[in-house]
Amino acid sequence: MNHDLVIEDLTVSYHRIPAVHHLSVRLKCGTCIGLLGPNGAGKTTLLKALAGLLPIETGRVRFRGREIADGRLITYVPQREAVDWDFPITVRGLAEMGRYSVLGAWKPFGLQDDAMVEEAIHVAELEGFADRQIKALSGGQQQRSFLARAWAQEAEIYLLDEPFGGLDKNASAAFAKALHRLRASEKLIIVSHHNLADSRELFDHVLILNGELVAFGETAQTLTKPNIDRAYTTKIFSGHTE
Amino acid sequence: MNWIAEPFQYEFMRRALLACVLIGFTNGFLGAYVVLRRLALVADALSHSMLPGLALAAMLIGLNPAGLLLGGLFAAIFVALGGHLIASSSRVKDETAVAALYILAFALGIALIKYARVKVSLEHFLFGNILGISDSDLWTSYAISALTLLSLVALQRPLMVSLFEPSVARTQGINVGMLLALIIMLIVLAMVSSLQAVGVLLSLGLLVLPAATVYLLCDSYAAISWGGGIIGMAGAVSGLLISFWANIPSGPAIVMVLGALFLAAYLFGPKYGMASRWLLKRHLHEESLRRWK
Repeated sequence: MNHDLVIEDLTVSYHRIPAVHHLSVRLKCGTCIGLLGPNGAGKTTLLKALAGLLPIETGRVRFRGREIADGRLITYVPQREAVDWDFPITVRGLAEMGRYSVLGAWKPFGLQDDAMVEEAIHVAELEGFADRQIKALSGGQQQRSFLARAWAQEAEIYLLDEPFGGLDKNASAAFAKALHRLRASEKLIIVSHHNLADSRELFDHVLILNGELVAFGETAQTLTKPNIDRAYTTKIFSGHTE
Repeated sequence: MNWIAEPFQYEFMRRALLACVLIGFTNGFLGAYVVLRRLALVADALSHSMLPGLALAAMLIGLNPAGLLLGGLFAAIFVALGGHLIASSSRVKDETAVAALYILAFALGIALIKYARVKVSLEHFLFGNILGISDSDLWTSYAISALTLLSLVALQRPLMVSLFEPSVARTQGINVGMLLALIIMLIVLAMVSSLQAVGVLLSLGLLVLPAATVYLLCDSYAAISWGGGIIGMAGAVSGLLISFWANIPSGPAIVMVLGALFLAAYLFGPKYGMASRWLLKRHLHEESLRRWK
């Protein structure tokens, strides 16, 4: 299959301590994958490595048969706390920012770019809020504004770090709906998440991590008690001594 | 009405006014990036640490713009890179490392100035004297203004992306570190150009106050940089005129005008101002009634 993100023997260190060990997994486009595991399991490290923010120690990552060289294909959404929500920008401005990675530093906006920006706002269901400052949005709308940006960027792989953190039931449902719309457009969505209870509704696949791969597969078959126990009770060497 | 026209009759005042336009606009424009990237304290550290560089330049090549530029760059490398090095290789955090180095540099500067070949007073470096601005100072300001404005406008998109979210910018292949280094470089250049006007100690005012004022007034990235430039220019020119009429030193007058504008925006800004928020606060009941309808 050419349409996959193929991770082979991936090891990534965080502050020189290996946090993800020899991970090999094949992820299909058009799926929404929950990245589960206890704190310190390497969820954020894996996302950052895939985004190119952390160096890869061993192994390789290929998308559609090639090494990823084009940063535009991947969008990374950091944890909410890492974002400066006071920054003076509107939802439309944020979507336009996503377009910069297509246009580069100087190329002016054309009709097609404007259309992409409007489409992005529509995909994130933020039509009524396009001219609002991101500061004045609710938590769920803020998260969706980043999806708008990613869509305008024409990203194929969405890496989201704990996007459901701090969202209430309604906001979570709206965000999940937006993610499922992306999935329908053949995007690959990888979401780190810590709540096992709602994982069944949110993700079609789960990747359970505890420093190394515990299990990967369709949610119904993979999110089982033995796998969860293995992830949350076994101590896998992480370099930390306690 | 003679007193209004009076300052414009003197050659030195016309020069000084021109310098205020250039320096005020450039610093104000650059200030937007300083405010949004939260670099105000780093800029403060840089301004102080320019002193040993200036003293060194005065010792080695005498007082000319090239020397000042060199001195400023020396200082920036010492404080910005040194601070980064110490912070990344020890448990001391960024702001402590920068503070440690800049105060060291400042002390070194005061000590070194004694050995300058030409007779320079410490006061001249610390507070500047815009009325004594020379042709070469003006040309330096022209060049610095052109370089600063051109590079900020040309790199606006990558700068904006990396100001907002450095990690996301990095995933898009933007060299965030290089852009930060560019901003620091431009800060040093802007400070070199405002040195003659307001001195080491007050140059921060020209850089930070205009953009901080606009930041309290509006929500657009473009408005903060262009508006910062306009306010910086207007504030510097009116500060200089006030200093002429009231017979007070020009540097403090300029910074006080800019500071007054900042406080006015803080208090009376229509959207985020304290007074307007307080005065316009509707009674909770009225507001809920309005929503209900």
